[in-house]
Amino acid sequence: MTPELAAKAKAAELRAYWMRIGGAILVFVALVVIINIAAHGAFLRSGNIVSVLRQITYNCILGIGQTFVIITAGIDLSVGSLASLCGVVMAIVANSLHLHGFLLLAVTLAAGLAVGGLAGYINAIPVVRLNLPPFITTLAMMQVALGLSYIISGGRPISLNSTDFQNTGFGPFLHGLTSALHMPSIPIPVIWMIVIAVACSVLLMRTRFGRYVFAIGGNEEAARLAGVRVKKIKTLVYVISGLCAAVVGFLYMSGFSSGSPQTATGDEMLNAIAAVVVGGTSLMGGRGTIVGTFFGALLIGVLDNAMNLLGINSYLQKVVLGAVILLAVVLDELRKRYLAKA
Amino acid sequence: MRGIGKSFPGVRALDNVSLTLDAGEVLALVGENGAGKSTLMKILAGAYVADTGSILIDGREVAISGPAVAEALGIGMIYQEFNLVPQLNAIDNIALGQEPTRGPLIDENAAAQRARAAFTDLGIDVPLTIPTATLSVAQQQLVEIAKVLSRKARIIVMDEPSAALTDREVDRLFGIIRRLREAGVGIIYISHRMEELPKIADRITVLRDGTAIETRSQADFPANDIVRAMVGRDVDAHFPELPPVAAGAPIALDVRSARRAPLVNDVSFSVRAGEIVGMAGLVGAGRTEIVRAIAGADRMQAGAVLVDGKVERIREPSDAIAAGIAFITEDRKAQGLVLGMTVRENVTLAHLERFVDRDGLIDRKREDAAARGSIEELSIRTPGPEQLVRNLSGGTQQKVVLAKWLLGKARVFLFDEPTRGIDVGAKAEIYGLMIELAKNGAAILMVSSELPEVLGMSHRVLVVRAGRIVAEFARADATPTAVIAAATGAAA
Repeated sequence: MTPELAAKAKAAELRAYWMRIGGAILVFVALVVIINIAAHGAFLRSGNIVSVLRQITYNCILGIGQTFVIITAGIDLSVGSLASLCGVVMAIVANSLHLHGFLLLAVTLAAGLAVGGLAGYINAIPVVRLNLPPFITTLAMMQVALGLSYIISGGRPISLNSTDFQNTGFGPFLHGLTSALHMPSIPIPVIWMIVIAVACSVLLMRTRFGRYVFAIGGNEEAARLAGVRVKKIKTLVYVISGLCAAVVGFLYMSGFSSGSPQTATGDEMLNAIAAVVVGGTSLMGGRGTIVGTFFGALLIGVLDNAMNLLGINSYLQKVVLGAVILLAVVLDELRKRYLAKA
Repeated sequence: MRGIGKSFPGVRALDNVSLTLDAGEVLALVGENGAGKSTLMKILAGAYVADTGSILIDGREVAISGPAVAEALGIGMIYQEFNLVPQLNAIDNIALGQEPTRGPLIDENAAAQRARAAFTDLGIDVPLTIPTATLSVAQQQLVEIAKVLSRKARIIVMDEPSAALTDREVDRLFGIIRRLREAGVGIIYISHRMEELPKIADRITVLRDGTAIETRSQADFPANDIVRAMVGRDVDAHFPELPPVAAGAPIALDVRSARRAPLVNDVSFSVRAGEIVGMAGLVGAGRTEIVRAIAGADRMQAGAVLVDGKVERIREPSDAIAAGIAFITEDRKAQGLVLGMTVRENVTLAHLERFVDRDGLIDRKREDAAARGSIEELSIRTPGPEQLVRNLSGGTQQKVVLAKWLLGKARVFLFDEPTRGIDVGAKAEIYGLMIELAKNGAAILMVSSELPEVLGMSHRVLVVRAGRIVAEFARADATPTAVIAAATGAAA
């Protein structure tokens, strides 16, 4: 290939990359600049940045699991309730164990992951066996999981007996290092989020599994005829979403030192889907990124934070949030059309 | 309608194309895949807007800014992929968007009357009250024709209307086209089938690489000249010589008493290594169903498939692939390709495990190299491996499908209508490829509705009727009359 052609191909590749990354990033950067000016520089203070990252942890992790599901052209409405249920179950498990330290955390988390993974598996069964719409099956799961978490907990938060969880919930990560570098301390949940995001991004972009997720969303029948085990992949996708919900349940429980059925207000699932969509993942399937979802969650988090800083009343906040979500998606669509023409 | 000149940049450009269509005339538009026929017609239908040039209807310049404008101007479009709402019946589809109303309600009677009138004009009868999804392909096409007629179309564009039809249905279609011509309707007829042109076309325009190469009246445009104009060179219209099957060649594919209701009934046959077996039959006879059952696309209810003498348990397509069976489907868009993925991703999809490193990650470099190799080997016309398959022309897409299966080490290739909707040049390339595969010892089963193709490209011909193999002919005995007699059940 001539260098000129290679350069052209490189440019096309770069463009394709920007096509995939959501428009969230563009909107996001513009927004940060505007907000920072409006808040007289308060926004970009490092302490505030960390606080925003801390706030988006739950939404981002739920969104990451959701991203896999949505790329297969599915949807998982049950994530918020599942996080609740897992939190309650884990609180009960933790209180009944006579363990300490790492072992206590590990066993508790394993119990939560088992519940979340199983619920995801159950979500998938009617979808892959009977071809039922995931909207219905996960809607049912949303109700069942929420109901169960109330039944199991008796409707009240279950306080953790052990204080071993506190560090995971809001403790600093490598405090000695960050303070030596004069950085603000980074809460451990943020590290969880980053690790999960990186791992899932690699899983989605670099492995067979990830490729098959895209193929199924793009053309399920073609994927099947190419030998992709569609049922297996689709099942795994809902399991991943369930596992992410379990992790959120774990972090939430650790942060509040209790497992509560009231964790799920119904907003979590909507916000997670919003993060995914704002991040440029197509609800029609076949297209999306974890990076996009991260920025989608960040955009929503930044807005929340900024509106609090600016003292905007909470009802108006909802209006603005809705409008920005729509704007981000519209801009993304326009940008894609522009790139498709170029 | 006179004098269209326009250019259209993009993957396939149209460069200053002009053509005219008189009232009461059938203009055949021919050209290889990617020549720009579809783009040109989509501009006429308002699906695309041209960058330059103008369109004149009855001598007056018009601006066709959208499909609704085109429709109002009397331009009717019948795409290869129909635009019917499958759940609605013929009456509702015909009325769609122009429902007659009585107050706020749809006037069902008026709608039904309008639909019936359109069909009466055509002199045909189609079930009007059942969902169009349950109609045959030919019937759906008739509904499309009735739909554009009921909208007072004076210019009708038909994009390969005969591609999915049986010979008898094509004859009926031609009858309808002649009737429309007599009624003063101008028709643009896009086709790949040379043999149809003398039967139906008044004039023929050849498109190549986005430009109009030549227009002549049908009578003085012999088939050889048309083909030469299309490809820009002489093409051997004959089928290539088949390599002989080695005398002791082992049986590579053995199908025993395969059954899957309703269209696979106790099917048994075998294909030897290096042999090409053609499967003929009418549309709906069960040929595709047989191939799908072998490939695991539909699960067999009974019977066995042996590859190289070994019984293979095929429950899913992945089992068939593991057994060395490649299935090149009939409908590349719905079944063969992920249109939103790149050439590279499509080419490697069925054999992705080969590109996974020990760390479990896909090796992009090796994948890229394989895709580039395929592009070169099959001369796939694409700017590069990162091009989305959606943006490629039909023939090029079909090559991507082939590349996907050639990447594996399949022993058995099942081709279902391998050349449907693709041009003469690409056809020849695909025939060449099949022969290359056979030479290398692959067993090939080819389903085709084009009789010359079956006869020309097969060592042996199987004829399917009502889900059974009703006749088998050696190459020498496979005459058109014998095969058709067997396929239709007429006493030979």
